[in-house]
Amino acid sequence: MRKVAIYGKGGIGKSTTTQNTVAGLVEAGKNVMVVGCDPKADSTRLLLGGLAQKTVLDTLREEGEDVELEDIVRPGFSGVRCVESGGPEPGVGCAGRGIITSINLLEQLGAWDEKFSIDYTFYDVLGDVVCGGFAMPIREGKAEEIYIVVSGEMMAMYAANNICKGIKKYAEAGGVRLGGLICNSRKVDNESAMIEELARQLGTQMIHFVPRDNMVQRAEINRKTVIDYEPDHNQANEYRTLAEAIDKNEMFVIPTPLEIEQLEKLLIDFGIAN
Amino acid sequence: MVKKKDMSKGLPDPSELMDEILAKYPTKIAKKRKKAMVSNDPKEDQEIQANVRTIPGIITQRGCTYAGCKGVVLGPTRDIINLVHGPIGCSFYAWLTRRNQTRPAEGEDNFMTYAFSTDMQDENIVFGGEAKLKDAIREAYEMFQPKSIGIFSTCPVGLIGDDVHAVAREMKAELGINIFGFSCEGYRGVSQSAGHHIANNGVFTHVVGNNDREREGKFQVNLLGEYNIGGDAFELERLFEEAGFTLLSTFSGNSTIKNMEYSHTADLNMVMCHRSINYIAEMMEEKYGIPWVKVNFISAEGTAKSLRKAAEYFDDAELTAKVEKIIKREMAKVEKVKKEVEPKTTGKLAMMFVGGSRAHHYQDLFKEIGVTTVSAGYEFAHRDDYEGRKVLPNIKIDADTRNIEDLSVSKDDKLFRDDLAEKKQKLMDSGYAFSDYEGMMPEMNSNSLVIDDVNHWETEKLIEFYKPDVFCAGIKEKYVVQKSGVPLKQLHSYDYGGPYAGFEGAINFYKEMERMLSTNIWKMVDAPWKSEPEIVGSFAINE
Repeated sequence: MRKVAIYGKGGIGKSTTTQNTVAGLVEAGKNVMVVGCDPKADSTRLLLGGLAQKTVLDTLREEGEDVELEDIVRPGFSGVRCVESGGPEPGVGCAGRGIITSINLLEQLGAWDEKFSIDYTFYDVLGDVVCGGFAMPIREGKAEEIYIVVSGEMMAMYAANNICKGIKKYAEAGGVRLGGLICNSRKVDNESAMIEELARQLGTQMIHFVPRDNMVQRAEINRKTVIDYEPDHNQANEYRTLAEAIDKNEMFVIPTPLEIEQLEKLLIDFGIAN
Repeated sequence: MVKKKDMSKGLPDPSELMDEILAKYPTKIAKKRKKAMVSNDPKEDQEIQANVRTIPGIITQRGCTYAGCKGVVLGPTRDIINLVHGPIGCSFYAWLTRRNQTRPAEGEDNFMTYAFSTDMQDENIVFGGEAKLKDAIREAYEMFQPKSIGIFSTCPVGLIGDDVHAVAREMKAELGINIFGFSCEGYRGVSQSAGHHIANNGVFTHVVGNNDREREGKFQVNLLGEYNIGGDAFELERLFEEAGFTLLSTFSGNSTIKNMEYSHTADLNMVMCHRSINYIAEMMEEKYGIPWVKVNFISAEGTAKSLRKAAEYFDDAELTAKVEKIIKREMAKVEKVKKEVEPKTTGKLAMMFVGGSRAHHYQDLFKEIGVTTVSAGYEFAHRDDYEGRKVLPNIKIDADTRNIEDLSVSKDDKLFRDDLAEKKQKLMDSGYAFSDYEGMMPEMNSNSLVIDDVNHWETEKLIEFYKPDVFCAGIKEKYVVQKSGVPLKQLHSYDYGGPYAGFEGAINFYKEMERMLSTNIWKMVDAPWKSEPEIVGSFAINE
């Protein structure tokens, strides 16, 4: 089984990209599980067709210790297994601790038992790695390969670089590796070339350039992935290509994060800082 | 057993020992620890490093901020439900771990024999613990109907951001009793000392001044920084009562919230442990004009001196006569026991590393039976407890100290005692000292070694060098010290003994020391086979 975590700046399109890519893998016959690690619990909405999913932590709270795997794992698009970790409302408690609790519970309940013959687990993690809890999927080998969703906007690249620092820290101690950058286009000038260069400097690759297309929004408002909603549209093919690239990927590295000066120089060289 | 150094003609220069201790440390740590050690010269002003962060990895004696707030200051008060908001492990400190005794009147509330905790679970950490805290308060109220509840925050409460003060306000309105919270998370300060300060602030804000009771006694006093370990407070209450002082409240040995509420109607505050409670003394003087004096009821001489000091303040012939009568009668008893124990105790050596005042106060008690203190230090004191209050303006306020709120208190125009302020001025003019504490170092012998926040490595080297006859510290040190053949007397819990305060207390302590210093048992700590073979025999082999 391959264990994949998707990170990236808040609002960059991690959940959308993850679910569309997962749809591509499922369509290609892979058995996939998606674990949403965001207290908002909206990481599996497109796969479940908008069904409000009861989260692991809510279930744990209501059922006490008597939790069954079926209570928290829901089948979605073409049988993809969907889990939402959940968490507290904004401003109370500790969401990071919630992620740890919920992944541990999934393990105890045997969510990854051989009988499920899972090919892929995707962890969709919120925004930046703000504390130890949100680094949980990359600690202790929960996730082994990381893809960072990025765009040509400066803060997105800045966040990607910061996430690389986190990966480097845990990569040296454990087995986690960076699999590549996914460019989710914001139609910035020279975007593709710039992200390719960023990837090169980080020691990795731009695994795919996803062009901007309104079809994504249209599918989303219908609570579906593009592959599900409009399978013949070009954007669906883009996600199929990305899914295939991830499936065939063999480049797993410990990233070399950039100094802030290097990052700024990159932006100047590609013309957007002027 | 190695032969002891002769210290009858003065203490040896400890610089060699200090060098030896420091030599084992990495350079940066050696530099820091060096500042916490002083070879004492009572004639000089010497600076010692205190109240700074403990070095990680060193086995320290210190406790945490929560322990200082919950365990030390509020722990001995019987009519308040002290509710620990946190995981159950922290609640160890919620259950009489310090041997504080108390004596409720018939039918009066006493919650000290209970431990109250919200017992936070994983779920409360993730989703926040405020709801569980509210439920716990309601449950405690339903079961016991207390007049007040205190909430004590442990580390996770601060990390997840539960607002205990908002919960306290809400519950106070709902239940109509006094409820207040303390942000005393364990990590808040460098030691338990920060917790004392937080507790002082809370008690002063939420309790002191709630009841402007009419005066009931002629000479109304409070006793601050006395915690009734092993019944110390009972002995002092006996003396005050006989002399004619009306003790309004002790902070906090054998105390009640009820008494603390009218403690601001006192004429004088007597401060025993300067470290843990001087904040309230200062704030009461600022707001109500009540002067404070430093006292010490540990040792017979100290008790006599402190009683006289209080009597002198009130300047009443009858009171003075009664105090003198008590001192005369009690001292006769003390002297008799002192003569009996002296042959066993004179010339012995002691060292003590404990608290924020005990390491000083107990030196007086030892001195009375001819025991010399060769080395001493505090766990959590500040520089003024070593060097005296004169250094207060020069103490560097670091970030750790700033982390603890300093209440700004202003004069209460209605209740401020101008008469006491006037009396204070008059007495000061004739040489009577108020708000004074000279600290420990000026009263220690030349060449005695003073160490702040001592650790195990240093303890071992000290024992090796001085070969003391008795070591005073706490439970964490007890067995390590005893394994090296030196008896240890706990000055936090008194082991199973006490009281040691006042005249009766001094007698108890003399006898305890006679017992500890005359036994040979500690010479037998090493197993006999360590120095000689266990069995001697011969055998022959038949072919």
